[in-house]
Amino acid sequence: MSTILEIKNLKKYFSSQKAVDDISFSIEQGSIFGLLGPNGAGKTTLIRMITGIFYPDAGSIQLNGKKFDPVTDVINIGYMPEERGLYKKMKVGEQAMYLAQLKGMPKQEAFAQVKLWFEKFEMQSWWNKKVEDLSKGMSQKLQFVTTVLHEPKLVILDEPFSGLDPVNSNLIKDEIYNLAQKGTTIIFSTHRMEQVEEICDHIVLVNKGHKILDGTVKEIKQQFKQHIFTAEVDQLPTALEHNSFSIVKREGNNLTLKINEGYKSNDVLMHFINQQSGIVAYHEILPSLNEIFIRLVEGTPAARQFEAITA
Amino acid sequence: MNKIWIIIKREYITRVRNKTFLLSTFLFPLLMFALIFGGAFIGANGTEQRKIAVNDQSGLYRNNFKDGSAVAFGYPDQVTKENYKDKGFEGVLIVYSANQQKADSVRLYTEKQLGLGTDEAIKNQIQKINENRLLMERGVTRNTLDSIKQLSESKEALNYRSYQIKGTEIKEDNKMLALAIGYASGFIIYIVLFIYGAAVMRGVMEEKMNRIAEVMVSSVKPFQLMLGKIIGIAAVGLTQLFLWIILIFILSSLSSLFISPEILDQAQKMNETMPSMAQNNTMALKILQAKTTVFSANWALIIPCFIFYFLFGYLFYASLFAAVGSVVNEDPQEAQSLMLPITLPIILGIFIMINAIQNPSGSLAVWGSIIPFTSPIVMMSRIPFGVPWWQLGISMISLIIGFLFTTWLSAKIYRTGILLYGKKVTLKEMAKWAFRKA
Repeated sequence: MSTILEIKNLKKYFSSQKAVDDISFSIEQGSIFGLLGPNGAGKTTLIRMITGIFYPDAGSIQLNGKKFDPVTDVINIGYMPEERGLYKKMKVGEQAMYLAQLKGMPKQEAFAQVKLWFEKFEMQSWWNKKVEDLSKGMSQKLQFVTTVLHEPKLVILDEPFSGLDPVNSNLIKDEIYNLAQKGTTIIFSTHRMEQVEEICDHIVLVNKGHKILDGTVKEIKQQFKQHIFTAEVDQLPTALEHNSFSIVKREGNNLTLKINEGYKSNDVLMHFINQQSGIVAYHEILPSLNEIFIRLVEGTPAARQFEAITA
Repeated sequence: MNKIWIIIKREYITRVRNKTFLLSTFLFPLLMFALIFGGAFIGANGTEQRKIAVNDQSGLYRNNFKDGSAVAFGYPDQVTKENYKDKGFEGVLIVYSANQQKADSVRLYTEKQLGLGTDEAIKNQIQKINENRLLMERGVTRNTLDSIKQLSESKEALNYRSYQIKGTEIKEDNKMLALAIGYASGFIIYIVLFIYGAAVMRGVMEEKMNRIAEVMVSSVKPFQLMLGKIIGIAAVGLTQLFLWIILIFILSSLSSLFISPEILDQAQKMNETMPSMAQNNTMALKILQAKTTVFSANWALIIPCFIFYFLFGYLFYASLFAAVGSVVNEDPQEAQSLMLPITLPIILGIFIMINAIQNPSGSLAVWGSIIPFTSPIVMMSRIPFGVPWWQLGISMISLIIGFLFTTWLSAKIYRTGILLYGKKVTLKEMAKWAFRKA
């Protein structure tokens, strides 16, 4: 797989804050990439640089192997900001056509695409409705359609599921998978870790303008595992204690164990087997991204302090 | 370039399709007509006649005051400052002494303040009576006095016309028409600056508050977005102007159907027979007259100039309004205070224009018509009176340069402001954004 987006040493300083301070990462084509971080970590600034809204102070952005050009690469990017916005007084169909044409699509092509997507999302009857008459979920769907209908290579979604009911959430989620399957790369920015775990292949965690974590979900979980296992046995051994582990929780025959330094998982199993306990179930508990996120971000103040910049 | 065009189209179509556009297009000329003729009508009927008692110790003024539209006089016995109200008067005029060497002391006492016009009318009459008295004291008889008066006030007594020399061409000067055109076009531009400027500002605020700005600037440059909006609204303005011209043409041809030259003639005669009414009717009459001689104005210059100042005056201010719109958060109150530095020069322009109408080649008028902040309003009020070519040239060039400058400046404020939420922006910060390098 080829790299579609490569960011190197990107920096953006505002007068009172280092919003993005030396961040680098790369994204493979067709992957679903999670950009995570607490509020005010610099995610939006980072995204705004990738979408060409802001110019970076330093560093480079390579899109599809070439230097990113905010003017010509507009067609290659679809961006749905966290703060959704549409022209309230405009009709739904015209709105979609307008945004598609601004992306650079010719009128005929835009019309065909809009029709296609409206059919897919069962929105054909909305064409002549005004945007202000749509419910929040409906306008969210429209916003998603306008983001992807010019078939961008890179789609950036900031909190795409907020305000959506489970049915529509699934609809969008399926569409995200669909797009990825077809080779579209998706950057997915959110605080909702369970969604990230479910959807994303690769994540980057930023905090206070720095990248503090980078890797696939699997790798990261491995990296942060605390060697905790659950074991279910048919009967508890007479000598429960053993040097290889300590018990975290005990509920009847269900045990949660933490393996001690210097020991391996099999040492624990050996102990149970030697004690004639039948093992019914045994598996490792990996930390959730949520736990990792909290562990890494905890201790930093909820709101970023303003820092003096000498530059 | 193509994207600006798409934006222009949207801005234009959504506005022109709006019902308020149609409504304002057709109501505005009607309102203007109502204002002009209504004003004249109110002026004709609005003045109240004041009743003034005269206590004349000299005996010279008794029965010599003439009643006019503003004041009526009475000569009750023993009227004083204390009892004039009981005798049914609104004021008392006391003449203390009258000897040849010294000026008379005449004092007017009223409870309510009289208008400037009433005061002036009384003073004029006293002067006239004094003048007549002095003439009569030097041997002019009453009869001679009356015949002189009759002659000087008749129509034949004065044959006055003013001409304007331009090179070899000598043209009759039509001040009244020039005044009317100057006023009207200056005012229209003043209103246009406000209406369309505010429309730009509201459009930008709408985009910011609907949070569509961020979606938009990921597709187009902020400058394109701003310029597209400004040009789109300019096109709306030109459409409206075009419709107004058609409408005014229709209205005025309709009104000349109703007001035939005979009626005009009659009004003229009425004025002569009833001089006291003349003052009030003049304004409306002059306008009607102006309309009949309307073709004497230099339309070939006025119309292109009007379109130029209409357009570039708007363009000069529009981007400033856009910049203000871009920094406003949810609170419209904020817009009010930030708008002040923009609205002040426009209002100043109207004041200079009123002065320029009186004195079209005075230095205030000349400077006001060259400096871009006021030139669209002031220059338009001067053009009907004739403006040297070099002044017109400098004025136009500086307005175009001014427009490029304000747009460049505003674009920088706009770019930052449109994505900034939840922070109250001060003028100082705006200035910082505008002048920083990047």
